[in-house]
Amino acid sequence: MLAGAIPFGLIYGVLAVKAGMSPLLAIAIASIVFAGSAQFMLTQLVAAATPGALMVLSVFVINLRHALYSAALADKLQPLSLRWKALLAYLLTDEAYAAVIRRFDSNVSPGTRHWFLFGAGFGLWFVWQLACVAGVLLGGQIPAHWSLDFAGTLTFIAIVVPLLRDRATWAAMFVAGLVSLLAFALPYKLSIIAAALAGMTAGVVLDHPREAA
Amino acid sequence: MSLWLTVIAAGIATFVIRLSFIGMAGRIAIAPWFERMLRFVPIAALTALVWPDLLLASGAATLGEPRLLAGLAAACVAWQTRNTLLTIAVGMMILWGMQWLQ
Repeated sequence: MLAGAIPFGLIYGVLAVKAGMSPLLAIAIASIVFAGSAQFMLTQLVAAATPGALMVLSVFVINLRHALYSAALADKLQPLSLRWKALLAYLLTDEAYAAVIRRFDSNVSPGTRHWFLFGAGFGLWFVWQLACVAGVLLGGQIPAHWSLDFAGTLTFIAIVVPLLRDRATWAAMFVAGLVSLLAFALPYKLSIIAAALAGMTAGVVLDHPREAA
Repeated sequence: MSLWLTVIAAGIATFVIRLSFIGMAGRIAIAPWFERMLRFVPIAALTALVWPDLLLASGAATLGEPRLLAGLAAACVAWQTRNTLLTIAVGMMILWGMQWLQ
């Protein structure tokens, strides 16, 4: 889990510098936002000079899935103090969740299992910060004609394609894609929000009959 | 400066999402419709970034467009292998190869 994060941190750092962020800001984002796909998205939005409110909204939408993890862990973390809950919530990434959720279901003693989440979360945090810093330092050395911004798009493809499992997920992808093209001329990159909402709606509508059956 | 405020707001938004149900200490359960909707968030939001880059990056959509071909090939690799790094590597190789040929 930890080693797998290194190349993405490197690519993020390079993309952030190429998008025109200051090195300090690029590094700060890795700890302020601390979410891989949201960070990649931010590099694209900053490069396109998107207004701030829409960047925040886009990050909010892409990170909404973390509410699922929060809901799944809420019961198990309930005895902890608010400080512990806040710390673990900050460290709650896709990777940390995937690493601990099975352990939490097994018969690990309830008094110690939050340490598993802390270990996975903090380990990933530490490696991620180092990789992002290295990427930022590297970013200044890489010429623009390498088209490394495309690595961000490829990362998104690699995330989306394995999620296409049924009619509803395919529909969500096609509708979001079509709307992103049709609405591309809208000001302020509103096309991203429009496409995301349209895709989610298409997915939910087609998903419903199967759920009810 | 405004970019810093944007990033801080994005960080707070992310933190609030992650804390949401944990912070509410199990008093509120996740609504089934919300859970169903969340399944489609990454697909829809990320696709909204991918398609324009593949089809509109050079202004006009044609099959000879390097980004489109590299992206489609990468999607096939992702479909077959589910390997993120291999997907990126193949996509970048094809893009570089086609740019070199042009």
